[in-house]
Amino acid sequence: MIFAKCSNPYTPGRKKHLKTNQADAAYLDLQSQVKGRASGLTLQKIRERAIEFSMFLCAFFSVAVTGGIVWVLLYESWHFFENVSIVEFLTDTQWTVLFENPRHGIMPLVTGTLVTSGIALLVALPLGTTIAIYLSEYANSTVREILKPVLELLSAVPTVVFGYFALLFVTPLLQSVLPELPGFNMLSAGLVIGIMIIPYISSLSEDAMKAVPVHIREGSYAMGATRLQTALRVLVPAAFSGIASAYVLGFSRAVGETMVVALAAGTQPNLTLNPMEGAATITAFIVQVSLGDLPHGSIAYQSIFAAGLTLMCMTLIFNIAGYMLRKRFREIY
Amino acid sequence: MEKPSQSDVEKSVAGNKHRDKLFAVLGLLSTFVGMLTLAALLADLAVNGLARLQPHFFTSYPSRFAGQAGILSAWVGTILVMIVTAVTAIPVGIAAGVYLEEYAPKNWFTALIEINIANLAGVPSIVYGLMALGLFVYQFGFGQSVLSAGLTLALLILPIVIVATRESIRAVPGSMREAAYALGATKWQTTSDHVLPYSMGGILTGVIIGLSRAIGETAPLITIGALTFIAFLPDSPFKAEFPFISFDWLWSPYSVLPIQMFNWVSRPQAEFHLNAAATGLVLMVMTLAMNGIAIYFRYRFRKRIKW
Repeated sequence: MIFAKCSNPYTPGRKKHLKTNQADAAYLDLQSQVKGRASGLTLQKIRERAIEFSMFLCAFFSVAVTGGIVWVLLYESWHFFENVSIVEFLTDTQWTVLFENPRHGIMPLVTGTLVTSGIALLVALPLGTTIAIYLSEYANSTVREILKPVLELLSAVPTVVFGYFALLFVTPLLQSVLPELPGFNMLSAGLVIGIMIIPYISSLSEDAMKAVPVHIREGSYAMGATRLQTALRVLVPAAFSGIASAYVLGFSRAVGETMVVALAAGTQPNLTLNPMEGAATITAFIVQVSLGDLPHGSIAYQSIFAAGLTLMCMTLIFNIAGYMLRKRFREIY
Repeated sequence: MEKPSQSDVEKSVAGNKHRDKLFAVLGLLSTFVGMLTLAALLADLAVNGLARLQPHFFTSYPSRFAGQAGILSAWVGTILVMIVTAVTAIPVGIAAGVYLEEYAPKNWFTALIEINIANLAGVPSIVYGLMALGLFVYQFGFGQSVLSAGLTLALLILPIVIVATRESIRAVPGSMREAAYALGATKWQTTSDHVLPYSMGGILTGVIIGLSRAIGETAPLITIGALTFIAFLPDSPFKAEFPFISFDWLWSPYSVLPIQMFNWVSRPQAEFHLNAAATGLVLMVMTLAMNGIAIYFRYRFRKRIKW
């Protein structure tokens, strides 16, 4: 507004009609306005700075959250490892924290977690990658516009509903084929988690393939390759780094999945690699302990933080592995 | 090297074309696996739960008798927790997204924040629950309350809101900002009057998707001690006498829909499984409706704005 007022007397059309002293007066007027504006300017500057700083605090808040997670996990686990030796934690084959004579070997929980996520990945990687190739290279835009949101709804379903589905739909279904399957088993939990993480893998992989420059595709087609040959021999290698991050995210989801395993795979720690048996995972154990009323500061209370730390370490190892893979195979155009 | 005969070449080309068509079918079938699962899930919930969805199911407290039990305390709890989550996650998430996209200098610290947000999105939700148990419940003394639950879920969806904000701000062309600057607008005026309104569609989509994720989240709330059997409502936020508004409900114990469902699924009696199916149906309708709205928004805003 102020700018508009000041500059008007100097627009070429009006200048002609101004007498000299009028022009001077207008100039003086302008000067005083600019001076008046100067104090407004500093106020505005302060306001701008304050807004910028508060927004910076919001962005910094996310770092504080990470700090909080790491601090809580390390702090409580530290107290846990004051009472339980790390050697016992890593090598003992029993996890009976809530018993009279507790034993603290994380192995049974780790195998339970690895078996369920392994099954999940066996389902999700082939299906997710196939869907990604189909959506990015085969489907026309109408089909894609319909299929993609519907698939993404799969990741919007609350996990507890998937748990219900695994326990009361998939397990009875599997039992009709495998009659000796127990009510709690890792197979149905793993299968359902696998379906659940398909959208994560398919949409990230599709984005990665879409990002490969068109001329690379065209080069392949010009050599007479079919869409399938182009996809498998040109696009997948070219988009490998993006596809690898999709896989790593899928694995993190599968490892951290809680409700499906707590409901469908049971809460009994069981050192086995047989998917037909029930076994507690790390997450299911945390849920089981949290449902009871544990005194704050007891070893059993601290044990869920040690379990959580183990979970974080597992996802961290896979993230680092994924990072190394990406670095090794990254293509730059 | 022997020259391949023409029939060999034709055979190989035909084979490749055949495999190409086969894969198209395979791809379509793979997407059907996902969609069939979704359909089976909905059908199973509807078959078992629909009969339970009577009015008294929404107005009764949980009970020892499956037929009389309802989800009153659960849905009220879900709404209260969501209010806390929305009030904290939306402003903080949008502000963080705007800062990173419009203000942040390109230095190692900004890079750290960005890497950190990407990693937070991959942290298992139950780990947020553990952190909230240690910090909110015990360290800050919020206890097992609506406040703790709302804040925990807010942290959980913060990365979703931030990423959505950044992506939709990035889509606003630089010429819009330059036009505003050329007219003498300050950075904040440019951001709040031009960049934010243009990117509102995408931000809204992200916020809705984040909240729908928070509604269905169970594991972190179990960790911080949501109750599975609760036969009273939190204190009402509205009062008859001055100052008419009370915040006592923030400190109240609570239950939410997914916790109630989890409790009913894990009981051995099949009667309660029907209640669980009905609760699941309510949850599915809520999350699917929210996602539908989000998809519609994304579609509409993308169509309407032409730079």
